[in-house]
Amino acid sequence: MLTYTLRRLLTAIPTLIFISLVIFLLLEAAPGDPLADQPLTIPPEVREKMRIALGLGEPVWVRYWKWLVQFVWVEPRVVLDGWLGTGFAAGEARIVSWQFRAPVFDIIWQRIPQTLWVVGMAYLVGVLIAIPIGVYSAVRQYSWFDQIGTFVSMLGFSVPTFFSGVLLIVIFAVNLGWFPSIYDTTLRVTDWDSFVRQVRQMALPIAVLALFNASQISRFMRASMLDNLNQDYVRTARAKGLPERRVVLLHVLRNSLIPVVTVVALGVPTIFGGAIITEQVFKVNGLGQLLITAIYANDLPMVQTLTFIFAILIVLFNLIADILYGLLDPRIRYD
Amino acid sequence: MPDGSVPVLEVEGLTTVFRTRSGAVHAVNDVSFDLRAGELLGVVGESGSGKSVTMMSLLGLLPRPPAEVRGGRVSFEGADLLTLGEERLRSVRGGRIGIVFQDPMTSLNPVFTVGFQIMEPLRRHLGMTGAQARNRAAGLLELVGIPDAARRLADFPHQFSGGQRQRVMIAIALACEPKVLIADEPTTALDVTIQAQILELVRDLRRKLGMAIVWITHDLGVIAGIADRVMVMYGGQVVEQAPVRALFADPRHPYTRALLGTVPQLRGRRAGRLRTIEGQPPILRAPPASCPFAPRCAHVTERCRRENPRRRPVAPGHDVACHWSPPGAGDGDG
Repeated sequence: MLTYTLRRLLTAIPTLIFISLVIFLLLEAAPGDPLADQPLTIPPEVREKMRIALGLGEPVWVRYWKWLVQFVWVEPRVVLDGWLGTGFAAGEARIVSWQFRAPVFDIIWQRIPQTLWVVGMAYLVGVLIAIPIGVYSAVRQYSWFDQIGTFVSMLGFSVPTFFSGVLLIVIFAVNLGWFPSIYDTTLRVTDWDSFVRQVRQMALPIAVLALFNASQISRFMRASMLDNLNQDYVRTARAKGLPERRVVLLHVLRNSLIPVVTVVALGVPTIFGGAIITEQVFKVNGLGQLLITAIYANDLPMVQTLTFIFAILIVLFNLIADILYGLLDPRIRYD
Repeated sequence: MPDGSVPVLEVEGLTTVFRTRSGAVHAVNDVSFDLRAGELLGVVGESGSGKSVTMMSLLGLLPRPPAEVRGGRVSFEGADLLTLGEERLRSVRGGRIGIVFQDPMTSLNPVFTVGFQIMEPLRRHLGMTGAQARNRAAGLLELVGIPDAARRLADFPHQFSGGQRQRVMIAIALACEPKVLIADEPTTALDVTIQAQILELVRDLRRKLGMAIVWITHDLGVIAGIADRVMVMYGGQVVEQAPVRALFADPRHPYTRALLGTVPQLRGRRAGRLRTIEGQPPILRAPPASCPFAPRCAHVTERCRRENPRRRPVAPGHDVACHWSPPGAGDGDG
């Protein structure tokens, strides 16, 4: 298992380098001018100097190499300096956002908590409610519970979040006034009252995203349970005189979770991708919102860096999903 | 031989119906039989004749719905299994009655170790814990002939061969020293040499442990080798029942005779093409009002289409459900 993991990590390196190149070249080829939103009164020669100051005067491959070195060599040392108080990266140029005129990673670090709290929590809540719903729907297939579950998850999966989000805002924020409609990032949780406020402002975006996540995962869980409920080993478990609860929750569930865990692990990178639309609807300034504003502003270093981070996470969680599969299913051996 | 001893399992008038979308299917119709202590009862019939469903019905192992046990009585250890209630029936299943299924490749849970799966009934029915259950599980594996048993408890089912897995299934079924073992085509999925080993094992275990066995199969050769008594099923009912020698020497039911006729002969002149019974076993949409074998029977009469024959004794311990008597058959009321 260890050699397998190491081998996979090593083969990930050329993959990621290739991905980074593709991202860089695609963005390079995309139309758009980082100075487009500067006033038209700026004379052309000044405009040209600003362009050179942004580093745009150099050839593509030089800019790519600089960005790659900053990403894999400078920025990790900056993180290390932050933890250990050392000065490995002192005075070295970091990836700087054109839009904010600040290091890209500093801004990302600021945005991650909002995304993790809202999108990550929604994913967690979604998984936690999806699994029992999927299990019960399968055990009581075609019961009224299963029928309602099928209907709700079809709804949750097919209604876009910009609709369900606005709908919840209209009902619960505007008409009933139970929850705020806008997420306040400046809120600091210091005491009970601010904690309650934080929970209340998280409630609506989490509800929207959790419904979406739970719809998908509960369907998947149900299908996986149904596959296993008809297996011969279930009849064996019953023939041993085990209580039905143990048959379902131990024998069937343990087998059914294998594909579900894989799917859940593969979905984790989407958390960091942020739920772009939901973050917009509820004004949560997380990573999704950061990416979309960076695209609008032609902030290429920010877009490149964020996209590449997502790529790394996807490659990483693919590996994690494979390893989990091997751990959960004794029939899978990687060595 | 165990003849004349007391019955451990008595089934009377068992009737099971499946309610499907396209109507009811009468899978088991008024089946009665008994199983005496230490005896091996062979149950034979084609696929769909109701052999397995009968055994699953009396253990409450059929999914409900669609299955519905409509009537009958199953006496075991002074209780009626059909009215016992789920909780107490569970303590019989796997405890007092062990079951071995057909396909050993899929009958074990792939994600748990073999040791865990053997220890489950020990924990549940005998209240064993930890080292005690482990020792007994190792003993059971050894009993069914798996070498290096104590170490193999930690292995997963996929690390065993097909024959070994069936041995593990037998170990699970025997874990709590059941009075009755129900074996539902346990050797059908195995190749013949492994089949012979499993048969030898069961014969041996039966001598050691003295339990009664119900052996479901469609292989008459297997039955001839191990059974004391045979019950032939067709269309969800018992059509003939006899001691094994009597059945092979003097089959009374046209179906039994046809079944025996399909067995290829190893000695003598080769009989050309293999003999078959034309047609398909019936799917009964209603309780049979005529003989279910009538459409395929060579000796069918008007009466067979009017009246479903009842079982009638023809010799000691031998009964048949047929209006017809083979020429030269001694007794019976024709």
